[in-house]
Amino acid sequence: MKTYLFVKAATATADGPSPVVPKVGEIIVGLIAFSILFLLLKAKAVPAFEKAYAARTSAIEGGIEKAEAAQRAAESALHAYTAQLNEARTEAQEIREEARVQGAAIIEDLRGKAVEEATRISAAARASIEAERQQAIASLRHEVGALATELASKIVGEALDDHVRQSGIVDRFIADLEKSEK
Amino acid sequence: MAQPAFVPPSSADFFFNPAFGSSFLATKPVLLVMFSVIVIVAFFTISARKAAVVPSRLQFAGEMVYGFVRNSIGKDVIGEEYQRFVPFLFAIFTFVLTNNLFGVVPFMQFPTMSHIGFPVSITIFVYLVYHYVAIKKKGLGPYLKEMCFMPGVPKAVYVILAPVEFLTYFAVRPLTLAMRLFGNMFAGHLLLLLFTLGGEYMLKSALFVKFFAILSFGMAIGLSFFEMGIQALQAYIFTLLAALYIAGALADEH
Repeated sequence: MKTYLFVKAATATADGPSPVVPKVGEIIVGLIAFSILFLLLKAKAVPAFEKAYAARTSAIEGGIEKAEAAQRAAESALHAYTAQLNEARTEAQEIREEARVQGAAIIEDLRGKAVEEATRISAAARASIEAERQQAIASLRHEVGALATELASKIVGEALDDHVRQSGIVDRFIADLEKSEK
Repeated sequence: MAQPAFVPPSSADFFFNPAFGSSFLATKPVLLVMFSVIVIVAFFTISARKAAVVPSRLQFAGEMVYGFVRNSIGKDVIGEEYQRFVPFLFAIFTFVLTNNLFGVVPFMQFPTMSHIGFPVSITIFVYLVYHYVAIKKKGLGPYLKEMCFMPGVPKAVYVILAPVEFLTYFAVRPLTLAMRLFGNMFAGHLLLLLFTLGGEYMLKSALFVKFFAILSFGMAIGLSFFEMGIQALQAYIFTLLAALYIAGALADEH
């Protein structure tokens, strides 16, 4: 194993120079070397490392901020969706209600119309029945008159025929009949 | 086979002739220090160049070291005003760590901080910085008063306490800071030298002794890993203490 890179001091005595007494030259070299090292590290290395630290810190803080912003956005979106959902529900409820009301109105309307129609039909029927009755009464009156006249003429004779027809005896007779019926 | 007696490693082994020329600037420790500056600046400049949010492996490695100094030492110890001291602490930590680790890097295998001149030079900066910060923040008078006369102590005790505190701030702290780092690196290197040189010596000896050479080299390898731990720990302690002194200078209460 080689211990010395450079030539070992040949002039040194067994004890050599005192190792605890500093050499002025080495102190000066040390002062200069350390000064140079300090200035270079301060100028080059330290600012760069600090820059990296600052960048890292801001990157982490930026990341946190971004996450917070995303969370806020998600929350507000959730709120919006919930609100929309509620609105939609209310609207659906309203529509259903309206439909129900409308349906009821339609039914009511139809029912009214049906009743009206029924009334109308029954009134028409009644009218037609009345008309037919009147007609039947008229025709019956006529026929009964004729029959009675025929019968009477057969009984009383034909001479009376014209005279009775002119005086309206038959009509009076029937009217009397009606009166007596009532 | 006659062998000269074993010469144990001594402090003389820590001193080198210039690799070239005759200036001390060409000696191994000085060259290693210069090399360390180049290596550190190159590594951190390249690893920090992109400063990406998602780091590459290289950037991650650089950031790990930087983040360790910035948060575990700077932020935790100094508190609020830590940011402006981070470059200083970062430079101390990387400088000491790299130069310490040179002690176990093959072909370098010399911890530069075992030359006391280098720990002293960093300590001078630490010393100037923490006194400057305190005086700027509190003013010279209040600083000295707070230092020597800490509140809540019986007046008679100040006779002893005031000089002790004064010495602590102005002499003991810088001395221990520099000596601790130097001593650890010096002793560690000496220990590695002992087992390596011992193994080397035994390898040249009789066959029976050669087996112990393996043991010796094994120890050297094991201790190298142990040293790595100490080297990293000493870099951490040095930086931590620098941060503590600065924190004390900034603190309002003693």
